[in-house]
Amino acid sequence: MAETIARKARRLTTIDIFLWVVRIAAVVFILIGSVNSLTSGRLSAQQWRDLLVFGVAQGSVYALIALGYTMVYGVLRFINFAHGEVFMVGGMIGYVVSTPLSRTSLWTDQTILAMIIVLLAAVMASTSVAVLLERVAYRPLRGAPRLVPFITAIGASFFLQYAIAGLFGTGFKNYPAFPGLSGVFEFAGFRVLKTQAVVIGMALVAMGALYLFIERTRAGRAIRAVSEDQETARLMGINVDRTISTVFAVGGAMAGVAGVAYGIVFGQIYFLSGFVPGIKAFTAAVLGGIGNIGGAFVGGMTLGGVESIGPSLVLTGLGIPSSNQLKDVFAFITLVLVLIFRPTGILGERLSEERV
Amino acid sequence: MADVLERPATGAPPERSELPARPVSLRRAARVGAIGGVAAVFLSSIGMVENFDARELISRLSLGYFILVGLGLGMGYIGATPPPRLEGYATTRPGAPNLLAGAIVGLVGGALLALFVWFVSVVDVRDIFPNISPAMVELLTGARDLGPGLLLAFGWSLILCVVGGAMHLIPPRFRRSVFRALGWVVGVALLESLVTTTLERAQLGRLRDFLYEPVGALSYTGAAALGAIVIVVDQVLGRRRQTFRHRVAALPWPARKRLYVLGGAIGLMGLAGLPHLLGPFLTEVLNLVGIFMLMALGLNIVVGFAGLLDLGYVAFFAVGAYTTAALMSPHSPRFSPELPFWVALVPVLVMGVIAGVFIGTPVLRMRGDYLAIVTLGFGEITRLLFLSDWLRPYFGGAQGIIGVPSITIGPFELSSPLAFFYMIFGLAVLLAYASYALLNSRTGRSWIAMREDETVADAMGVNTVAAKLSAFAIGALFASFAGALFATKIHSVVPSSFTVEESILVLIIVIVGGIASVPGVAVGALALVGLPEVLREFEEYRFLVYGALLIFMMLKRPAGLIPSRRRAAELQEDEEAQDAWLKEATKADETARGEPS
Amino acid sequence: MKERHWLRALALIAVLAMVGAACSEDTPTGGDNGTTEDPLGTVTLGEGEPITVAVIQSISGDTASLGTDQVRAVEIAVADRGGELLGHPIELQTEDDGCEASAGTTAAQRVVSDTQIVGVIGTSCSGAAVPAMEIFSPAGFTMISGSNTSPILTQAAGEEGIAHQDGYFRTAHNDQIQGAAAATFAFDELGVAKAATVHDGDPYTQGLADAFAKSFQELGGEITLGTAVTPGDTDMRPVLTEIAASGAELVFFPIFQPEADYIVQQAGEVEGLGDTAILMGADGLLSDTFVEDIPETEGMYFSGPATPNNLRYRDFVAKYETEYGEKPIQAFHAHSYDAMNILLDAIEAVAVEDGGTLTIGRGALRDEIAGTSEYEGLTGTLTCDEFGDCADPVIEVVQNTEAQESITDVKENVLFEYRA
Repeated sequence: MAETIARKARRLTTIDIFLWVVRIAAVVFILIGSVNSLTSGRLSAQQWRDLLVFGVAQGSVYALIALGYTMVYGVLRFINFAHGEVFMVGGMIGYVVSTPLSRTSLWTDQTILAMIIVLLAAVMASTSVAVLLERVAYRPLRGAPRLVPFITAIGASFFLQYAIAGLFGTGFKNYPAFPGLSGVFEFAGFRVLKTQAVVIGMALVAMGALYLFIERTRAGRAIRAVSEDQETARLMGINVDRTISTVFAVGGAMAGVAGVAYGIVFGQIYFLSGFVPGIKAFTAAVLGGIGNIGGAFVGGMTLGGVESIGPSLVLTGLGIPSSNQLKDVFAFITLVLVLIFRPTGILGERLSEERV
Repeated sequence: MADVLERPATGAPPERSELPARPVSLRRAARVGAIGGVAAVFLSSIGMVENFDARELISRLSLGYFILVGLGLGMGYIGATPPPRLEGYATTRPGAPNLLAGAIVGLVGGALLALFVWFVSVVDVRDIFPNISPAMVELLTGARDLGPGLLLAFGWSLILCVVGGAMHLIPPRFRRSVFRALGWVVGVALLESLVTTTLERAQLGRLRDFLYEPVGALSYTGAAALGAIVIVVDQVLGRRRQTFRHRVAALPWPARKRLYVLGGAIGLMGLAGLPHLLGPFLTEVLNLVGIFMLMALGLNIVVGFAGLLDLGYVAFFAVGAYTTAALMSPHSPRFSPELPFWVALVPVLVMGVIAGVFIGTPVLRMRGDYLAIVTLGFGEITRLLFLSDWLRPYFGGAQGIIGVPSITIGPFELSSPLAFFYMIFGLAVLLAYASYALLNSRTGRSWIAMREDETVADAMGVNTVAAKLSAFAIGALFASFAGALFATKIHSVVPSSFTVEESILVLIIVIVGGIASVPGVAVGALALVGLPEVLREFEEYRFLVYGALLIFMMLKRPAGLIPSRRRAAELQEDEEAQDAWLKEATKADETARGEPS
Repeated sequence: MKERHWLRALALIAVLAMVGAACSEDTPTGGDNGTTEDPLGTVTLGEGEPITVAVIQSISGDTASLGTDQVRAVEIAVADRGGELLGHPIELQTEDDGCEASAGTTAAQRVVSDTQIVGVIGTSCSGAAVPAMEIFSPAGFTMISGSNTSPILTQAAGEEGIAHQDGYFRTAHNDQIQGAAAATFAFDELGVAKAATVHDGDPYTQGLADAFAKSFQELGGEITLGTAVTPGDTDMRPVLTEIAASGAELVFFPIFQPEADYIVQQAGEVEGLGDTAILMGADGLLSDTFVEDIPETEGMYFSGPATPNNLRYRDFVAKYETEYGEKPIQAFHAHSYDAMNILLDAIEAVAVEDGGTLTIGRGALRDEIAGTSEYEGLTGTLTCDEFGDCADPVIEVVQNTEAQESITDVKENVLFEYRA
C-alpha cells in the first residue's frame, strides 16, 4: 500500500500539483461563497428559485445553439465559429417575417399558425446559410490542417455579421409581441414565464427530434457512421458529402429555431447578437461533452444556471462587489475548471478515438 | 469542368493529333455570371455602391461605379478562363469563344442586376433594407427612367464582361503587365492621401499636380501615363528579372548570404528614412503598425512556431499596458511609484511572463480546439477583470488609468511620432532577430517538433510541457512589451482597448501575413492596420473586407502573403506538386511547338 | 553559427535606431509657424484660402448618432454664416473619434499635422478627448467640445481635473451636475431614500453613476447597491433580483441600449421590483428607439441636458429638419452649434487682416475663447471658467407617461429643472 503511494508520488509532476491546488482552491471558494450567500438571507428562497428558472431558460437558448456546434464537431472535428452568425440570421429573418405578419389578422386569430410561419422562414434562412457556408468555405478545405478551416470560419463569421449589418442596418430590431405569451406559470413553487416555458419546450422538442433523427433514421445512421470513420463510411457506399451537408443543415435548422426563441424571450435582435451566444454555446457544448447531443443540452442548462446563480451565490458571498458584471468571468472559469476536473466534459465526449 | 471530361482519352494518344478540347466552359461562364450578378446586387444592397459614389477615383469615375466596373471586368475575365489543359488534349488558342463566354457572363449577371433594380424601384423595401434607397436606384440606372435605365445597366454589364473576356486575347506575358498596370493605377488612385503627402514632402509637388486633380481623384492623363510606364517597365525588366533570379539562386550560399544581408541592410536604411518622407501623421500610423507588429511577432511564436491556437492573446497586451500604467502614471489609483519607463519595464515583462505561464498551465493538457476556446475565455476574463468594479481601486474600472507619461531616454522625451518611430523600428528589428534566433535554437526546434505531431514529439523525448509553457511565456513577453509601448504612446489605458476583436486582428495579421514567417508578419501588420487608416472610406466595411479576405486567403493561399518556406510546404505540398506538373507539361508542350513561354 | 554575424549586424542597426530616436525629437508641428507675434504659433491664410475647422466626432459604430448629430449642427452653423468668414470660405474637415482613446489619438494626429487648421470642434466622447488634448495642447490647438461631460477634463468638486489641458473648452455640462440633478430629483422630489445604481462598463455611464451616488449620499440618501452589467448581457434578471433584494426604491441606470431595454422589460418579472421600484435613466436613452419602441418604458424618468426652448432653437430645428429630413437625433446638437459659433466669433475677433491675407494667432484665439462671457447661445448664457467649462448647465428630468406619444413629447414633459 505504502509502495503504491510512493510510486504514484514519484510520478507526480509540478503540473499535477498545481492542478490539484487549483481544484482544492475552487472547491473551497465555492463552498465559502455559497454558504455565506445562503446564510446571509440576502435573497429569499423564492428569489433563489427564480434565479434557477432564469438560468434554465437562458440555458435552453444556449442548448439549442450548442446542438449545432456539437453535431458538426462530432462529425468533422471542426469548430464552426460562424455558427453563432447562423443563429443570428435565423433570428433576423424571424424578425423580418414576423413584423409584417403581426400587422395582419392572422397574428391574433391564429397565433400558432403565425408562429409556425415565422419559424419556418427563420429555419429556411438559417439552414440555407449553413449549407452554403459548408459548400463554399469549408468543403474545399476538407483535408487541410485544422487551423485553416478554423480561420475560414472566423472570416465567415465576420463576413456574415457585417453583411447582415449592411443589408438590414445596424440598429436593434424589435420582435413584435406574441399574443398569449405574456404571463406566468406557477408550478411546484417555481415561477416560470410563459415565454421561458415556450423556449424550454422548444429546446426539449428539438432535442428529442434530433435524437430520434440520429438514432432512428437512415440519414441519422449515415451521420453516425461518418462521425465514426469517414473513409470506411465512404467505402460502404455512404455519400459523405451529402451526409456532411445534412449535418450542417440540421445544425443550422436548430440554430434558426434558437434565433426565433431568442427573439421571443429577449424581444430584440441585431447583427452582433450571434457573437457572444455563439461563444457561450460552444462553451456549453464542451461543458456537456462535445459530440454528445445530451451533452449539449446538459451543458447549456449548466452554463445558463451557472451564469444566473453563480455570481449571486458565490461571488457576492466572497465579498466581491458588482458580481453580475463578472458573470462571464464566472462562466469561463467554470469551463476551465470543468475541463481540469473532467477533460471530456460532464457527459463525456462521443468522438472516434483515432482522430485524437 | 465536367463537360471537358466528357470525352475520355482512348488508348495512347498519337504524337501530334490530340483530342480537341473545349476552349471555354459555357456552363462555367453562366455560373460565374450568376455569382457576379449576385455580388453586384449584394454590394448595392449594403449601400457600398452608394457610399463610395461620393469619392471620385479617376476623374469623375466614382469609386462606386468603379467597383461595379471592376466586378464586370473581373467576372468576365474569370468566366472566360479556359479550363486547365490536360494531357492528351490539344492546347486551345484564345479567340472568339472567350468573347462568347464573356458575353454569357454579362448576360446572366446583367439580367440579375436589371431584375433587381426593376424590383426595388417598383416595390419599396426600405423598411427591411434601409440601404436600398432611390439614390441607389438612380446610380444604377444612370438617373434615367426605368426602361432606358435598365437597358443601360444591362448593356454596360454585357460590354464590360465581354471586354473582360477579351483580356484573354492579350498574349500572356503582356497580360501580366496589363494587370500590374491596372493594379498600380487603382492603388495610386485609392492611396491618394498617402501619395500626395509623400510627393509634397519630397518636393515633387509638380508630379502630384500632374497625377491628381484638385479634388483628389487621379487624372486621366496621370492614370494613362502611370499605366504606360508600368507596362513598359514590366516588359523591359521582366526577362531581366527572371535571369537575375536564376543567377542569384545559382550562387553558392556564402555569396548569396552576403547579397541578402546587403539587400536587407539597404532596405532597413530606407525604412529608417521613411518618416521624413511621410510626415507626422503617416509616421504615427506606422507607429501603430509597429506596435501591432510586435504583438504579431509574439503571436507568431505561439501560433506559428509552436502551433498553439491562442485566441485570447490580447490578455497579455492588456497586462503589459495596465502594469505600465499602474507603475508610471501619477494618477494610478492604488499606488503610483511613477517609475521611469526603463525601470518599470522590468516588472512589466515579469508580469507578462507570469501571465503567460498562468494561462498556459491549465491548458497544457487540452486539445487544440479546446485550447482555442479556453484562451478566448481567458482573454475576455482579463478584460472583464480590468473593467470590473471589484478591481477598480487598482485599475480604475471603466475609466482606466490616464496620464501615462512618454518614454524617456536619458534627458530626451520620446513624445513626437518621429522619435517614437525610431524606437519602435529598432525594437521591431530586435524582436524579429530574437524570433529568428529562437526559431533556430533548441527551444524553437522543440516547438516545431511539437507543432508537427505532439505525440511523436513526446515519444522522441521532447519536453512538451516546457515547450508549451515557454511558447506562452515568450509570446506573453512580446505582447506585454507591446502593451507597455501602447500605454506610453496613447497615454490612456482603458479596458475598451483590449477586446476580443484585437486578439482576432492580431491573429489575422499572423495568418494573412504568413504563419511562422517573420517578414510576413510585417507585411500583414502593414496591410491590416496601416491600410485601413489610410483608406478611410472603407471604415464601415472594414470587417466585411477582413472576413472576405480571410476566406479568400484560406481558400487560395493558406500559407499567407509571404509564406515561411517550411509552412508553405506543409500546407501546399499536394497543390504545388500538381501545379508544377501542369506547368511543366504546358511549358514542354510550348517549347516543342516553338512558342515562347 | 555563422548566421550570428549578420544577425548581429541587424541588432547593431536596431541599437543605432534607438539612438536615432533619442536624438531626433522634433518640435511639435504647431510651433512651426511660431513667431514673436504669438508664442503658440499662427495660421496664415492667403487670399481665398479657406478657414479650416476640424470636426472630430463619433461618426461610425454604436455611437454614430451622437457624432453625426453634432457634425450636422456644425454644418448648420457654417451655413448660417453663408459658408464664409471675413471673406474666406469656411471648410470643415471631419474625422472619426471612434468614441475611444486609440482612434481619438489617430484623429488628433491627423489634425495636428495640418498646420492650416485653425481650431477643432470635438470630440464626441470624453475617452477620446483625453489623449487628443495631450496632442493638441502643446501644439497650440484649441478644441471645444459639445458633448464631453467627464469631470476629469475640466474640474471635479472645485479641483482641476487630472486630464485638464490648456486650450480645452466645452459647452456641454459637467457630469457632476447631472448626477446632482438626478439625485436631487430622486431625493427631494420623489422622496426616495434608498437607491441603486447600475452602469455598463462604459466610462461615461460609470462616471454618471458615481456622480449620482455621491450627490445622493450627500443629500442623506442611501445607495443600497452599486452594480454593473456588461454589454452583450441579455438576461438582466439576476442583477434585478439582487437590486430587489437590496431594498432599493429607485434604480438609476444611465446606460445605453440594448441593455437598458432588457432591464426595463424584465424588471416587471422580478419580484420586489415590478410594481414598486422607480426606474430612472439618462440622456443615453432619450431616443425614439428606446422611448417609442419599448412600451415598458412608460413611467420611467430620464435626466438629461435641457432641450432649449427659445425661438432661435426652433429655427435651428426647422433648418435641421429641412436639410437632413429628420428631427435632431441626439441631445448635444445645440451645444455643438454654440461651440462652433463661439469659435467662429473668436476667429473673427483675433484675426488680423492685411490686404487679402489673414493671420490668426493661436494663443490669441485661446485667450479670446477663454474670455467668453455672457455669450447668448442656443443652450443659454455661456461663460467660460478657468477650467474650460463654458456651459450654462440646465439639467431637466422628464418622464415618459401614457400621455406622451413620441420622443419629442417626452422631452417636453419636464418635471424638474436643475441649475448648477
